[in-house]
Amino acid sequence: MEQRLSDPAADPHALQRSTLRGNAESIGFAIMVAALVVTPFFTYPLFLMQAMCFALFACAFNLLIGYVGLLSFGHALYFGWASYLSAYAAKAWGFTPELAILTGTATAALCGLVAGLLAIRRQGIYFAMITLALAQMMYFFALQAKFTGGEDGIQAVPRGHLFGVIDLRNEAAMYVVVLVIFLAGFLFIHRVVNSPFGEVLKAIRENETRAISLGYRTDRYKLIAFVLSATLAGVAGATKAIVLQLASLTDVNWPMSGEVVLMTLVGGLGTIFGPVVGSFVILVMQFKLAAMGEWVLVIQGVIFVACVLLFRRGVIGEIANWLRIRL
Amino acid sequence: MMSDDIILSTENLTKEFAGFTAVNGIDLKVRRGTIHALIGPNGAGKTTFFNLLSKFLSPTRGRIMFKGRDITAMAPADVARRGLVRSFQISAVFPHMSVLENVRIALQRSRGSSFDFWRSASALNRFNARAMQLIDDVGLTSFADCAAVELPYGRKRALEIATTLALEPEMLLLDEPTAGMGHEDIERIAQLIKRVAVERTVLMVEHNLSVVADLSDHITVLTRGQVLAEGDYAAVSNNADVREAYMGVGHD
Repeated sequence: MEQRLSDPAADPHALQRSTLRGNAESIGFAIMVAALVVTPFFTYPLFLMQAMCFALFACAFNLLIGYVGLLSFGHALYFGWASYLSAYAAKAWGFTPELAILTGTATAALCGLVAGLLAIRRQGIYFAMITLALAQMMYFFALQAKFTGGEDGIQAVPRGHLFGVIDLRNEAAMYVVVLVIFLAGFLFIHRVVNSPFGEVLKAIRENETRAISLGYRTDRYKLIAFVLSATLAGVAGATKAIVLQLASLTDVNWPMSGEVVLMTLVGGLGTIFGPVVGSFVILVMQFKLAAMGEWVLVIQGVIFVACVLLFRRGVIGEIANWLRIRL
Repeated sequence: MMSDDIILSTENLTKEFAGFTAVNGIDLKVRRGTIHALIGPNGAGKTTFFNLLSKFLSPTRGRIMFKGRDITAMAPADVARRGLVRSFQISAVFPHMSVLENVRIALQRSRGSSFDFWRSASALNRFNARAMQLIDDVGLTSFADCAAVELPYGRKRALEIATTLALEPEMLLLDEPTAGMGHEDIERIAQLIKRVAVERTVLMVEHNLSVVADLSDHITVLTRGQVLAEGDYAAVSNNADVREAYMGVGHD
């Protein structure tokens, strides 16, 4: 059936501890918010903003693989194209940043709907291949199209004034905006996972045939999850374009799709905090090891292999399993 | 017999796999409100026939009518929505969800709110009372908070039936409901089937002939994808062809 890389729900006593579980999530959330409020005073806010965009991207990806069991290998499409449209809207059409981000997000949602309709009936590796193929098609389109600036990308994107009022060239204001977007996206995903709809997704992941026999048209649920995931990846990409004032081919190419898989896997598939931790780990590593050039990729590869072999649950997954809670 | 009495019928239903005909022109009529058993030796095509009825396989030829409507081309989920719900040979539960959650999934489908991704899952608590009723009916009250995977085999089948009944189906397709069960569980499931069949139609594949004798109003015997004999238990068990097909096995 579907790609199943881990089994985060395989905790038999989960239900009896639902209160503890709820508390663990609240505590985790409080720690995360506190850390994101305090750290900009100690490190580069720009780095943190970029990391939050990637964290949201990874959370969006995790919604699909961790909670539906679908491995998309083309999520760069939604991240990258949202960033192009966001950058273009801000630069060429003079949109305010919130409208530019919305434009990028809508683009991702539309791409997600089209790709989802084509891919959703396929299972496992075929699903991954179709999502990859569509993403590569759109990569070449980005490479050839005029408005994307080809190899140059769209540079010097103005951050503009939020709602036409707040100047986002101010680093603190930009940081608050990114933080709010990230937290809103994070909480939204948490809600989706813990909603009546999320319950059906869980059932589909557990036993799709049975879900069908109970009258669920499972393709529709998977498609909605796919579009939600693509849309949120779009929010992340569109925001990143405003923050870094740049949209480039890197964001839309396949290594980006691979990177988000790595981030999610390192942090923990199917855990709510895992993708956040995973993306910070990977970005910090890339940042610290930047001087080593190409070796970063080798080290990333080693981490990937180590994760798959030794820490299959990822950082957060292992901690949650060790403490017997859900994070 | 009036044709209105027939809830499900097949006409010349055939399924060919490459070079092999698993189901060969079966005409079957199931009367509303009866327990109809489908028996036959291994490889007789019972499970294939079941998969055709529940639309998990598409027939090569033939027609399936349910409540007077042709469902041959319908998707499996839509057949379930029309009130024809199946169980599986391998017990079909959602393993890492609790017994209560398993039943709620079915209630949620038939009573809406399945697409609500913006609401809290606590919205599902309104189904708890009905779910507990169904769980109680199959004797699983003390297991309500257990993960389904932890239940013993027989209890899993009971859970599956509770989940199926949550949809309030008009007709149940049970694929070997007592397969792999101990004596005690068989007794419990047989009683359960008898109880749920009061307002419903049941078509079941079953190997345990004492269960068949005990429960069914009507029996169809299949061999090599074809109908060998039909009738009540007495008629079928005295049929010479049937005795031969079973080579004397299973007759008291």
